[in-house]
Amino acid sequence: MFEGVFTGLSTALMPFNLMMVVLGCFAGTFIGMLPGLGPISAVALMIPITYTLDPSSGIILMAGVYYGAVFGGSTSSILINAPGCASTLVTTFDGYPLAQKNQAGKALALAAYSSFCGGTVGAIILIFAAPALASVSLSFQSSDYFALMLLGLTSVAAFSGKGQVIKAMMMTVFGLMIATVGNDVITGAPRYTFGKMDLVDGISFLLLAMATFALAEVMMTIMRGKMFSTSETMQPVALSSMKLSLDEVKEVAPTVARSSVFGFIVGVLPGAGATIASFLAYGLERNLAPERLRKMFGKGALRGLAAPEAANNAASTGSFVPLLTLGIPGSGTTAIMLGALIAYGIQPGPRLYVDHPDVFWSVIISMYFGNLVLLVLNLPLIPYISRLLAIPAQILNPLIIFFSIIGVYLVSFNTFDIQMMVFITLLAVGLKMLDFPMAPMLLGFILGGMLEKNLSRALVVSDGSFDFLWNRPLTFSIMSVTLIILLLPWILNLGKQLGTKLLSAAD
Amino acid sequence: MLKQFKTKKRMLLTAALMSGLLGAGAAHAEIDSIHFLIPGGAGGGWDGTARGTGEALTNAGLIETASFENMSGGGGGKAIAHLIEISDQAHGTLMVNSTPIVIRSLSKVFPQSFRDLTPIAATIGDFGAFVVKADSKYQNFSDVVADYKMDPRSVIIAGGSARGSMDHLVAAMAFKAAGANPNKVKYLAFDGGGKAMASLLSGEAGLLSTGFSEALALATAGEVRILVMTGDQRSDAAPSVQTLKEQGYDAAFVNWRGFFGAPSLSDADADEYAQTLAQMYDTAEWEKVRARNGWTEIFKPRAEFVTFLEQQEEVIGNLMRELGFL
Repeated sequence: MFEGVFTGLSTALMPFNLMMVVLGCFAGTFIGMLPGLGPISAVALMIPITYTLDPSSGIILMAGVYYGAVFGGSTSSILINAPGCASTLVTTFDGYPLAQKNQAGKALALAAYSSFCGGTVGAIILIFAAPALASVSLSFQSSDYFALMLLGLTSVAAFSGKGQVIKAMMMTVFGLMIATVGNDVITGAPRYTFGKMDLVDGISFLLLAMATFALAEVMMTIMRGKMFSTSETMQPVALSSMKLSLDEVKEVAPTVARSSVFGFIVGVLPGAGATIASFLAYGLERNLAPERLRKMFGKGALRGLAAPEAANNAASTGSFVPLLTLGIPGSGTTAIMLGALIAYGIQPGPRLYVDHPDVFWSVIISMYFGNLVLLVLNLPLIPYISRLLAIPAQILNPLIIFFSIIGVYLVSFNTFDIQMMVFITLLAVGLKMLDFPMAPMLLGFILGGMLEKNLSRALVVSDGSFDFLWNRPLTFSIMSVTLIILLLPWILNLGKQLGTKLLSAAD
Repeated sequence: MLKQFKTKKRMLLTAALMSGLLGAGAAHAEIDSIHFLIPGGAGGGWDGTARGTGEALTNAGLIETASFENMSGGGGGKAIAHLIEISDQAHGTLMVNSTPIVIRSLSKVFPQSFRDLTPIAATIGDFGAFVVKADSKYQNFSDVVADYKMDPRSVIIAGGSARGSMDHLVAAMAFKAAGANPNKVKYLAFDGGGKAMASLLSGEAGLLSTGFSEALALATAGEVRILVMTGDQRSDAAPSVQTLKEQGYDAAFVNWRGFFGAPSLSDADADEYAQTLAQMYDTAEWEKVRARNGWTEIFKPRAEFVTFLEQQEEVIGNLMRELGFL
């Protein structure tokens, strides 16, 4: 193994490959920053270029573009509430409120540090445990995914905002309903397509996220009458405001550590991915946070920003485990990369690090450098990037609308998607005015869709019996944790009431 | 004069096709550009086929330019409707498609069928394959059939597409050929071949139904074995893999990919396109693209393509009726 690592190290350190890392990270960050243009579009753009490179350089470039896009995606999430890509949607929940409190510099810096930690922790685990982790990604079956998604749904309260639990629940169910639109994979039957051909393929998460966040936010700004006011309220961010105090570092450090490891593990599972990892990490951190900090979630909590940022970068690194060691792509982006590897005549699998140690190890080691490059590249840019907020709304808003629509269109090439975006935006604006939170809908959409599919599959496997809930140890363990999280606050509350009763009785 | 010329060309084409001396001495095609209509997004199988074919044709100098247009929606139905709608202006357009056009038109995902278009040719194909984990107890398809006949619920088959689509139908077809009830097939649908593969490796499913070329790639990695494939005869790419027919089951299946022209395209023009595609096979540029993607050549031009499509429609239609999808 060490021989392989050194071959990889020397390959990764070749000046040309180092250049590929820098180039990939730069291109990725830039494309990722544009709202809606995410890793899929970025990596797909690189395909023609990689044909002319040798395998190691090509994959290093693509990997750099991939995690660069996830890294850069947080920028537009924080500054303009428009997720740069699907996996940085959760970053908007606390990043955008921070930016509105004139703390954009700090938010961007924290996002960069958290991303760096997530990516680096991921790369280090990859170096030491990639082959061993392959078995982890194969330990999950449909019923386990079902339990994991259920666990994720318990975090719905985390996304409810100002204590509107009922409204949050309603929106979660609504998201679940939207997830059922289209041809059902399990039965093959079309559902809620109203005979429209364009609805057969369902509605994409990116479309929903861009419409309910980026576009709806722009509409709200216009309606609030800010359209023609120059943004006097937003001063260009001074460099000093990027600094985090020691207390703040202490506050987020455990969150970043937990979310990095957690995000990595979720990323390793072929059925999950970076977007789900960011949702789960956010929910987990809110559940773990002390009462005082929990109230801050959704209003600009530092932990609420650090958790999804560390998790999504760790997860995109983690998704290289099933890709490289098993040849299984867990997401659309890694599927494109698998295609590129096969085009080189390299079949990823358990023999990859024996047959092509240079490719295997150089890609992994390049990720470590890549994260350093991203940090060095991004930190000095923050003061300039945050000036974006100084752009007058009448210029910025059309730009956001333009890039959001282009980003969605470039994935599907279907004009119906644009009409659909307009429709959903109008719906979202209406719901926002009635104070319905949007985040639970997206949570319901992404987790609910997978919840349903995996439950159906688990039921097919068990011939319609629910005994997998206690027969499979992994399913059972996750279900137990879910139950504890659901019931613990209630039991604690009951205990407290009992305690005060006893105390008052003693008086 | 023109008519005479065209007739002559058609004779030449027929001669070329029949003698198998494709491209060698045939007259240079008149087509200088092709606009490829791709009914799906970037990065999919249709996208790769159209762009690979366009690349080979232009690099080999058979056409001067190739342009590409992605139009996804409705499982390909949107592009079909578009091609029919603008038929008269779309004589320079070829749409790529594959076996799902037959399945989806049968199951009424879209109202049109291949009959509403001008079939040009099937160009490449992929057989179906059944894959098991390397340490599986199954050594050939008969072992699976024996288990299935004893208890159909004991065999779980994973596939990368919905129930009632290709991976499921191929599995049902094989069990039907074995004299078992195809209705009892326990099929686990995943949205992508990768996730179906993960299910096989995790031990959830016992059998994976997938394309032969994908199966070959997975088998070289060493974690899985190919039990059997659905070709009429063994493939040159992996001569050790037996066919269903060899193992005693009269079933064969090929997932073709090919091209269609607009409905109002004249026969002469359609023949011209078929000839251009025929000439492509002998070029080094095509071989480069083909090898890179691991494609198997099957060339069925014009009338042969239509007959093949009709046969496939009948076989799949009967199967889908039996399974209750129609």
